[in-house]
Formats: sequence, structure tokens, C-alpha cells
Amino acid sequence: MSPFEVMRFALVGLGANKLRSALTTLGILIGVGSVILLVAVGNGSSKAIQANIDKLGTNMLTVSHSGGGFGRNRSANAAATTKDLTVADAQALVDPYAAPDVKSASPVASTTENAVYAGVSTSIPAFIGTYPSYFEATNNPVSSGTYFTNADVTSGRKVIVLGQTVVTNLFGDIDPIDKQITVNGTPFTVIGVLKAKGSTGFTDADNTAIAPLTTVQQAFTGYGSLSQVIVEANNAATINQAQAEVTTILDTRHKITNPANADFRILNQASLLTASTSTSKTFTVLLGAVAAISLLVGGIGITNIMLVTVTERTREIGIRKAIGAPRGAILGQFLVEATLLSLIGGALGVLGGYVGSHFTIVGVKPVIVPSSIALAFGVSVVIGLFFGGYPANRAASLRPIDALRYE
Amino acid sequence: MTAGQQDNRPVIEIAAAVKTYGEGETAVHALRGVDLVVERGDYVAIMGASGSGKSTLMNVIGCLDVLTSGLYRLDGIDVSGLAESQLSLVRNRRIGFIFQAFNLIARTTALANVELPLAYAGIKAGERRRRALAALDLVGLADRVDHEPNELSGGQQQRVAVARALVTAPALLLADEPTGNLDTKSTHEVLGIFDRLSLSGRTIVIITHEDDVASHAKRIVRLVDGEIITDVRQAAVSGPPPRHASAAATAGLS
Repeated sequence: MSPFEVMRFALVGLGANKLRSALTTLGILIGVGSVILLVAVGNGSSKAIQANIDKLGTNMLTVSHSGGGFGRNRSANAAATTKDLTVADAQALVDPYAAPDVKSASPVASTTENAVYAGVSTSIPAFIGTYPSYFEATNNPVSSGTYFTNADVTSGRKVIVLGQTVVTNLFGDIDPIDKQITVNGTPFTVIGVLKAKGSTGFTDADNTAIAPLTTVQQAFTGYGSLSQVIVEANNAATINQAQAEVTTILDTRHKITNPANADFRILNQASLLTASTSTSKTFTVLLGAVAAISLLVGGIGITNIMLVTVTERTREIGIRKAIGAPRGAILGQFLVEATLLSLIGGALGVLGGYVGSHFTIVGVKPVIVPSSIALAFGVSVVIGLFFGGYPANRAASLRPIDALRYE
Repeated sequence: MTAGQQDNRPVIEIAAAVKTYGEGETAVHALRGVDLVVERGDYVAIMGASGSGKSTLMNVIGCLDVLTSGLYRLDGIDVSGLAESQLSLVRNRRIGFIFQAFNLIARTTALANVELPLAYAGIKAGERRRRALAALDLVGLADRVDHEPNELSGGQQQRVAVARALVTAPALLLADEPTGNLDTKSTHEVLGIFDRLSLSGRTIVIITHEDDVASHAKRIVRLVDGEIITDVRQAAVSGPPPRHASAAATAGLS
């Protein structure tokens, strides 16, 4: 009894019930396809989150005030117990001896203002006053025009760099460079336009305007507490050292002995990245688990249909045994039938998953994980062998005398 | 053992065969000490009413069932001690089964059905086809090789089954009510084939309850309640089967 013969018998057996075979195959197809596709969706969304965080800048620390409100909205009561985050704090962070891993520190005063140009008005939710180093630290290059300089900050010149959304809202198709806009009564000259970043979640990162710190403080926020200090580490690898150095300097300056009572907090982009990556990993595992369950259900479908087939063909099995079919030949025939079902289903599922991953699903562009294809396909074959094993074994162990008597 | 001795060896040797189903008070004694020897070339009809134990005896002879006690030698081999894998080999090589319900594999051509025992015996495709065609030719179905069972009449299906039983050249042809599902004409055809096979020296055991069928055999064994009550020889083991001889005589007269 050659393997080729066993294969031929199995194919004839499958061909005898084409619709049933096709439906069983469909179960595995859906299982394998959904494993591949859902893992790809999870992977795609994790890639998207990572790309968004990369856009924000990965070697960036955000120091913000805590223990009270932000900036000028903070209550006077809190001022008694906590110290403001000041420009002096920011300047103290740039210290080659105490903080060798800090490249720059940009104090940020932010507010929400209305801008007007030629009768058109728009609200800018993130109107930021800062130092020129902010552009590099937050990975915010200009696409046209130029940045403002330290000299602009010192002299408090009324120049402004606009985000793409603001430009579109105010100017439409007109080139905004060197145009004059009015922000809450103060005229600003547009000197640059930021490169578009796209939206991050709910906030539009392009609906922003950046002006010299002194100008913003003088015109809008006053010289009190800063909203944030953006610290740029020398590189992504030293970001944790930089965070420790910043903490030490600020603890000293704010006379904080117990870290639990700190009046500032530091947001680390790298830790944010780690957190989001682990979140999306959980997400991927969940999706994969759901898909794996459907693969399992497909496998049970194979067992079910093979049991029906064995029962239905009991008499045939009896005949085959009576004319001398060895146990192995019967076992092989039914095992190959089950494995073929799952193998075909698996192959079509891989194809389905691959094709499906070319479409954007709920806003996520799926990115196929090659190992998921190998895994899903391999598992489908194992499922065929495992779930087909019981019915095949049952067929092979039938006593010919009972099988022949079966009606 | 020499070849000559092998030829003289009986095909079936059954001694003190007992088969009991169940245990204790509910036990059914299907066979109560049967002794039966069938020589090579004999044509034996085993008769009996239902419940007489003839089906049990048939299953035992066909190696589909094992005795509770007693001895069974098929073609000189004691089969009681064989494992399942060896039994399937014995069934494949030494016994050709013919069933009342034909028992061909559905949706499979006559040729493929006849080839099946050879496939399980591991014979190559070319040789298999040649032997299957020869067997089909012997039963007069050379023009029906590509027909599936549902395209054949009952008589033709049973002839395919006979060809399948013959194709491995077994020591014993074992037929269980082979004409039970056939009309008179088909019965006549199939029994004619059995007569010819017997004439060519095949050993045949046929289970039946019809006297007309049994009259073709050289020897009639009657079973009642699991015991042999009569064992009548109608023709010599080495001679032609009785009905074939009379048919030939009739043909000669006319």
C-alpha cells in the first residue's frame, strides 16, 4: 500500500462529498485567515502608534508643573506650597556638569488665542511661546520660511511660525510668509510654516502657532509660571539619565526632599512609547486569541465532519477490511482526508488573509507578521492531524464483522 | 514441507469449534463443537435456518471473527493466534469474499473495485490492471469495466464481486448467500460461474438456505443449533460439480 494509493483513496473520499468538504474547509479558511488578518491589524495599529510617537520626538522629556493648575490659572493657595516652573528653572537644566545628557531645555508658555488675517478668524488651541531649540526637540521642522532666533527671543520680536492647519484656515492658497496676522490684538509677522504632522488621536498637531517666549509672555500669559519645559536629551539612549539629572536639578531648586511631594512631573516619551507598545501588544494578543478560537472551532468542525464521514462509510470500511485492507491503510486514508481538508483551508486562509491585509480596516493599515502566516498554516495542518486522528482511529479500529453488519 | 504435501493439505480444518456470545445465563451458543474439513478443490454448501450458526461459521471461516475455543487452520495456518495485521493479510491473500449485498465500493468503477484487493496487497498499477481485467473477463464483464455499481444490474454487480474475490487467486472462495438478492436469471449466471470455477479446481464454500443453490455443490453440510447434523457428498472432490455434469450431459444429449 503505497502512500500514493492512500492519497488517491483520500481524494476520492473527499470528492464524494464536495459541498461538505468545501464547508469544512471554509471553517479552517476563516480561522487561518482571521489569525493572519487580525494579527496584521494589531501589528499595523502598533506600527501607527510608534510612528506617531516618533513624530513627537523620542529623545524628549516634558517637564510640567504639578500640585496645582497649569501656568497662570494656578490658584494662589498652591503657590504657597509649590514653586512655579520658571524660565530660570529651564535655563538651569542646560548645565554641562550637572546635566551632561541634556542637550537643550525650552521653556514653553502656551495659551489658546484667536488669530485674524484679512477678516478671517481662526482659533489656535496650541499657541506656544518658546525658545528656538523647541523646534528640534519636538521634531517640528519648517517646510517653508525660517525659524525665529535667540535674538528674536531676547528682543521680544513679534514673529510667528504657523502650523499647516492654521495656514489653511487663515490663508487658503495664499503664501503666508511675511504676511501680518493679528492675534488677540497683537500683530505678528509670519516667518515660517511647520511641516505637516497629521493628527495624533483627537488633537490636530498642525493646529498650532509658535512664537518667541518673551513675546507670548508679554502679550498674553505674563511672566509667571511656565506651562512646560521641553528637555531634549543628547540621544534616545541617554534619555533616562537625562531624566534623572533633570529630576535632581529641579529637586534642588524647588527644595524637594520627598519625591512623592514633587511639584513637577516629567513625561518621558520613551516610557510613553514603551507603554503604548505594550498596550498594542496586548491588543494584538487579544485579536490573535479571538482568531485562534475560530481556528479551534474550525478544527472541531473537521472532527465533526470526519466522524459523520466515518459513520456514513462504516460499511465501506467493513468491505475494505474484509478484502484485506490493513489498519494502517484505513487510518492513513481518513487521516489524509482530514489533513487535506485543513491544508486546503489553511492555504486558502493564508491567501485570504494576505489579500485582506491590503485593505484599510477601521482606519488601520494592516501590516502582515510573516511568522503569523507560518504559525497559522502550521497550526492548521496540526489541527487536521490532531482533530482527524480520533475519527480516523475510530474507523481503523472498527471490527470488519461489525462494520459489515452496519446498516 | 514440500510442494506436493502442500497441495494435499486441506484448505479448511475446523475441530471442536465453539463460539459463544455473551456470558452466564444470557450466553448464546452459536457453535457447539463443529468439526469440518474441506479439501482443496471441494465445493461445499453450508445450509441451515437462520439462527443455526451458519453466519457465525462463515465469519469464523472468513477470519472476520475468532472462535471461543477449538481449532481453525486455513490453508495450513492456525489463524486463532494471529494478530489483527496478520489477519488482514490472510483475508487479502487467502480468502475471496462474496457477499449477499454485493458490497462493492460505491462511486468506484468495476475495474477499480476489482483492483482494490490488489492495491491493498501492494501490487503495482500495471500488473493490477492486467489481473483485474482478466478477472472481469472471466466473469463475462470485459465490456463493463468502466461502469460504476449503480450503473450495473444486480447480477452484474455480483459478478464484479466474484471477480474481486478471484483476483488475488485465493485458496478459498467464500460466498455468503451470493444469490439471495438476485432474480432467477442472474442466479443462474452466478451459479454457472461458480460451477466453472469449481471445474477449474477452485475451493468454494457457499452459505445458503436454498436447496436449488445447494444442489450445485459437491457436498452439502447442514447446521442446526450450532451443530452439523448431516454431511452429504453429491460428487467427488476431484470430479466436476453435479449440476455442471448434468448440464454437460443434457447438452450432449440434445
